Amino acid sequence: MWPDERVVSFVNENFIPARVHVKDDAEAFRRFGDKYNALWTPTILELDSDGVEHHRIEGFLPNDDLLAQLMLGRAHMDFKQGKFPEAEKRFREIVEKFPNTDAGPEALYWAGVSRYKSTHDSTPLKETAQAFSTRYQDSSWAKKASVWA
Amino acid sequence: MPIQFRHDVDAVLKEANQQKRPVLLDFSAAPM
Repeated sequence: MWPDERVVSFVNENFIPARVHVKDDAEAFRRFGDKYNALWTPTILELDSDGVEHHRIEGFLPNDDLLAQLMLGRAHMDFKQGKFPEAEKRFREIVEKFPNTDAGPEALYWAGVSRYKSTHDSTPLKETAQAFSTRYQDSSWAKKASVWA
Repeated sequence: MPIQFRHDVDAVLKEANQQKRPVLLDFSAAPM
């Protein structure tokens, strides 16, 4: 796992990376597994600087999907910290670079929400609903955005 | 170049708090 240079670069630029191994770090695995309710491997958590979980990836993913999920978690972290322009930029980057991953429609939805939170103008929500009329029509995110049409 | 994972999670969390930097915590069974 973690063989992809893009993944390596993204992790090194955005996080302090830590690993607990189920056998080699057994005590730490139990302790932090209990703390964060991590019962399976691989489980990847994105924590803020206070150790609060913001995103969870459980199970193996191919490189594009893994990177998109890592980017999605980092974007959600900015969003939850009220950094809406930064979050929108991160969400839109996912849509642009990884449109065919599961993260794509979720990122499109939250990009619109981030713009709305920045501007307090509902136009981005309507534009997001319109965007879902031409792509990701079968996703749950399209259903969620349909109320804005 | 692989990711330089650290294994002292307590130290990482403390450092993250001091540096205001997010943490990626990987629970793994992959060969070390």
